[in-house]
Amino acid sequence: MSETKTFEIDFGKVYSERMRLNVGPQHPSTHGVLRLEVELEGEVVTEIVPHIGYLHRCFEKHAENVTYPQVIPYIDRMDYISSMNNEFPYVLGMEKLLGIEVPEKVQYIRVICAELNRIANHQIAIATFGLDSGAFTPFLYYFRDREMIITLFEKLSGGRLLYNYFWIGGLMHDVHPTFAEDCLEIVKQVRKTNDEALDLLMYNKIFVERTANIGILPADVAINYGCSGPVLRGSGVPYDLRKVEPYSIYDKFDFDVVVGKGEMGTLGDCWDRNIVRVREIYESCKIIEQAIEQMPKEPCDVRQAVPKRIKPPVGEFYCRAENPKGELGFYIISDGSPKPTRVRARATSFVNLSVLPEISKGYMIADLIMILGSLDIVLGEIDR
Amino acid sequence: MESLNFVYDLLGKNIVAYILLALLPMAFLLPYALVAILGELKISAWIQERLGPMRTGWKGVLQPIAEVVKLLQKEDITPAAVNKPLFNLAPFVMFAGAYAAYAVIPFSSKFVPVNINIGLFYVFAISAFGVIAIVMGGWASNNKYSLLGAMRAAAQMISYEIPIAVAILAIATLAGSLDMQEIIYKQGGGFWNWNIFGGPGAITKIWVIPFTVTLFLIYFIGSLAETNRVPFDIPEGESEIVAGYHTEYSGMKFAMFFFAEYSNMFIVSAIITILFLGGWQSPFGNFLNGPVWQAFWFVSKAMLFVFLQIWLRWTLPRLRVDQLMYVTWKVMLPIAFVAFFAVALWAMIQ
Repeated sequence: MSETKTFEIDFGKVYSERMRLNVGPQHPSTHGVLRLEVELEGEVVTEIVPHIGYLHRCFEKHAENVTYPQVIPYIDRMDYISSMNNEFPYVLGMEKLLGIEVPEKVQYIRVICAELNRIANHQIAIATFGLDSGAFTPFLYYFRDREMIITLFEKLSGGRLLYNYFWIGGLMHDVHPTFAEDCLEIVKQVRKTNDEALDLLMYNKIFVERTANIGILPADVAINYGCSGPVLRGSGVPYDLRKVEPYSIYDKFDFDVVVGKGEMGTLGDCWDRNIVRVREIYESCKIIEQAIEQMPKEPCDVRQAVPKRIKPPVGEFYCRAENPKGELGFYIISDGSPKPTRVRARATSFVNLSVLPEISKGYMIADLIMILGSLDIVLGEIDR
Repeated sequence: MESLNFVYDLLGKNIVAYILLALLPMAFLLPYALVAILGELKISAWIQERLGPMRTGWKGVLQPIAEVVKLLQKEDITPAAVNKPLFNLAPFVMFAGAYAAYAVIPFSSKFVPVNINIGLFYVFAISAFGVIAIVMGGWASNNKYSLLGAMRAAAQMISYEIPIAVAILAIATLAGSLDMQEIIYKQGGGFWNWNIFGGPGAITKIWVIPFTVTLFLIYFIGSLAETNRVPFDIPEGESEIVAGYHTEYSGMKFAMFFFAEYSNMFIVSAIITILFLGGWQSPFGNFLNGPVWQAFWFVSKAMLFVFLQIWLRWTLPRLRVDQLMYVTWKVMLPIAFVAFFAVALWAMIQ
């Protein structure tokens, strides 16, 4: 109101000004402290510039000043809702570099933890995606189930969100005696809630209207931008590191790579990206059940292969694994000392977010929020 | 004609009676709002397998009072850049519109504050008042989110009001009156005579029932849009435009918007009840149809729809603004016209 503008009205023509709207960093549905500078024509998005860095915590610089095992807690804090999965590529890479052979039971526990965490991550992704569309109730159903997974992780590692459970060469502790039963109970409950959510939300007419044909990401654009995970698979590309280059013991399990099929609209729309996550939960349940069955029952010393002193040879290497959000990789340079010279993370969310301006132009602001939700970003990982 | 007002019967027509009449709806509205807030908290909790508020009083029944006290204690913030007169006025305009509608709501055959022969038209006109307040508040807030919310509200209003108007028109044709009491009197004699079942008439009225039920559904969907409830809470769509038109409001002014929303929820439920479900008529003909029982029937029927609105809110996602307009203009409006013609035809041959 402070600024006075004069308009000359030419009848017959309607002038409209574009409005620059600042979405975030404090906004209910930017999934953290993301700031989007949006240019609107009415309600239609004409331009969008994401601004990041509000959660920058110098992960890579910190990692240069601590020893190799001490990096793991920092890795936990990157994508803080799938910490187990974050630790996976790092410990795998370090073990490969040092030539450590970990016990079989450790491998199974790692896979089970990673898949449970994948379920927890997808539950949050789906729940908040529903929340973005205004559906409040599935959010709480999913969080109720996630609580069971978090409680299990608390029993394992003592932490509810940031675990530091995977160690280079082993694990922090062996599992508790009722671990297998707990896992099977979680799987049962997760399946039940997922079925419910499919009814309540995924095939809901309003939800389909809101998400189908919105934010279409063609497969070639997704590949060109380097997208991975459900964002890429939603576009119909069956690329999953667990299948493509089976790390750890993923080649022992029977599971499918879920891809979007464009059931409700065009291939690669928000609905497809979301349904990939929903169906991946079922696949993760399958993996967990198989792993529980195959896992050696007798207790084992999970720290037996943990090296006393870690001094990797000089060199550099890249290790990667399938995070719930996509391909998470670490590029580590070692100069032979106990501290890494450089740790560079290929952050999944960062790469996936970069596609947002490309696919959200021409949609309405309500759709922009849905597209952002369907990318499933975590700002802790983007800013690091 | 017998008196429609027990207050006039008791006190005669004088200034005390007028003031009492103006305040009686408030005596209903305040407890109702508390019950509705508690209902919202508890029903959402049951739907989501939570307990809801449990600490204030037995099973948390005093929670609404605690919330009102909290809102009263809050600092009344007026941001520096707002247009102060409009910003401060908007919540009260909103509430005035919501409260003014109670003037013609017949709670029982013996109590309607003002019985005017165009009551339905009056309610329809006064309920559009809220949108003025929303645009006022949204524009005066000097906030882009508020402005977007206000513009959405304006677009939403012209969309939902037309199918609603057609539905009201159809019932007015069926009943042959815009007078609410008369519409209700016509629906007397058991639930079979309610307008949702085609109104009173011979058994041949069966063919008109699908059309009246359609009109009922159209009115109900439209009323959800009128009260800005899910799935049509587009003007306040929290995940997109933060809180829409009331982003900048806090404390008591926010509470007024909130109060008006709950008040509106009851108004639209009451209108549905009057138009389609026989108003204060007992479902069993003359059984339990005394003036006090009538008030009971009326409030319970209306509260059923308040409950339905709460239930829907915690079940459905939100529509996009253009989808709302698509639904109202291209789906509801043609269907409403067809139903209107069918009902008008029935009214004519009757």
